[in-house]
Amino acid sequence: MNGGPLLESANHDGRLALSAGGAWTAERASELERLIERVIARHPRVDGVDIDMGGVERLDTFGAWLLERLLRALAAAGGDPRVVGLPDRYHGLVLQAHAFNREAPAPARTSVFAAALASIGRNVEAVGTDLVAAVTMIGALTAAMGRAVVRPRTFRLTSLVHQIDRVGWRAVPIVLLITFLIGGILAQQGLFHFREFGADIYVVDMIGILVLREVGVLMVAIMVAGRSGSSYTAELGSMKMREEIDALRTMGFDPIDVLVLPRVLALVIALPCLAFLGSMAALYGGGLMCWLYGGMSPEVFLSRLRQAIDLQDFAIGLIKAPFMGLIIGVIAGTQGLAVKGSAESLGLKTTDSVVKSIFLVIVLDGALAMFFAAVGL
Amino acid sequence: MTDTGDGDAVIRVRDLTVGFDGAAVLDRLSLDVMRGEILGFVGASGAGKSVLMRTIIGLVPKRSGLIEVDGVDLGAASPRALRAIERRWGILFQQGALFSSLTVRQNVQFPIREHLRLSGRLRDEIALAKLDMVGLPPDVADKYPAALSGGMIKRVALARALALDPDIVFLDEPTSGLDPIGAGEFDELIRTLQRTLGLTVFMVTHDLDSLHAVCDRIAVLAERRVITSGPIPTMLASEHPWVKSYFRGKRSRAGARAA
Repeated sequence: MNGGPLLESANHDGRLALSAGGAWTAERASELERLIERVIARHPRVDGVDIDMGGVERLDTFGAWLLERLLRALAAAGGDPRVVGLPDRYHGLVLQAHAFNREAPAPARTSVFAAALASIGRNVEAVGTDLVAAVTMIGALTAAMGRAVVRPRTFRLTSLVHQIDRVGWRAVPIVLLITFLIGGILAQQGLFHFREFGADIYVVDMIGILVLREVGVLMVAIMVAGRSGSSYTAELGSMKMREEIDALRTMGFDPIDVLVLPRVLALVIALPCLAFLGSMAALYGGGLMCWLYGGMSPEVFLSRLRQAIDLQDFAIGLIKAPFMGLIIGVIAGTQGLAVKGSAESLGLKTTDSVVKSIFLVIVLDGALAMFFAAVGL
Repeated sequence: MTDTGDGDAVIRVRDLTVGFDGAAVLDRLSLDVMRGEILGFVGASGAGKSVLMRTIIGLVPKRSGLIEVDGVDLGAASPRALRAIERRWGILFQQGALFSSLTVRQNVQFPIREHLRLSGRLRDEIALAKLDMVGLPPDVADKYPAALSGGMIKRVALARALALDPDIVFLDEPTSGLDPIGAGEFDELIRTLQRTLGLTVFMVTHDLDSLHAVCDRIAVLAERRVITSGPIPTMLASEHPWVKSYFRGKRSRAGARAA
């Protein structure tokens, strides 16, 4: 039953006689292919061939195709091959194999160099289309906002509240925890190095200014991009894949109005709140570290903090937050709606969404820092 | 009544109970699938047809009972024996379940690549041959599933299910979502392939035309077990209310003729 495939050749008065046997099946296809190629290579010219399939115990599509390949090669060598003794139950299969691969197209292969160039070209083009898509999205959001102002009844308030709950309220614990730890780490590092110069007290200045102006809002924005931006993209993308977005359109709703606007607005509202809470947690973490690790009493920390910072530092930090929320929302929405049919595309766009929004958030932060420095704030 | 036909059973299910969170979906169900037959498996939506199929192929755990394939008890088989059995069946999922990140050719080659050590040339030729067998032109080979129509997806999925030349093929609603002409062609294809390859086919379906056209035997799932099984005449003669309304209702052939 499980004998390997056999193919023996002999010469009978000028005609080549091949006798086949054993299992011509998928498991043995690799052995069988070698046997067949050997026969083909050994007989570049033949006059007549008889293939006796009587000894074949089992034959499946793999075997049938390899027999067909042998027949075609022998026919090309002038052999006019004949199959004899084929068991009846395999007639249909061999007949079907006769039609296989008659018009097989060669897989298109291009050179590595051309492929690399094409890939660079596609990436450059992708940057352009991304830019256009983001600008289009901002335009569409502005239009949607305008419609909502003109006809407030069409605005999805419930959805907005739900989204604020999702991206704002539910993010509070993790945001507090991480910013608290970062405040503590900043303070510990500051104390460790400033102590050498006897400048312990300036750690408070550093923490105050750094946290309020930059780190608080930036860390929170990055966390929100990873936590909520990705979920927006995945959500919108799978809705696109399952034609839910098309369904909305056909019912006369603009998906931007219904899906994107409430989500973006929720981020614009939630991010300043989270940034505020995060900054406070970071200051608290810093203060606690100064007390426990640096031996600085809370009274000293607070009075020094009051001298080191003013309302302006606080305002500069928080004014950036809504813009960062807008960037995250616009990128998440654009990438989500750009998802195509495949699961891979959903994964790619979700990654893109997080990477691009974090990148842009940092670019915005840097640009604004330079701007505020230039105008002397 | 349980289905315990005699003869050469490839799949033998005895007293199978499957349930989720308390409620049993299948309760002491017994069923035989004979070698070389096309068994149509029908039942109301949500009655557990897909659950039975998924339990047999091991995607859903059973609570109790016996499932034998070719005399091997799947519950007690070694992982090695189980792999050998799994290699002998092919499954067509309802939505096709093609890998969306692979081309059609790679989809069909996937099981071949994993289970057999073949040369690249032979793998390509076999993949194209399988596509040819299910009636697809070679130029779809390098397309991605997202670019295919529903009927083509079903055909590619069938080609993938047949990739390793299985003995048993499970089809979960193969003609759902196809137009009547496409469904008819698909039925014809299943019949032809079953004959040329000597397949045993387990087909979950709702399509009355499929049942009439290709199934050798039909098993009906209701009240959490197989209530009756047999060829079409047996179904038409059945007095069970659900079977009666299914096979002799308004949408059935008998019903259409009466109208």
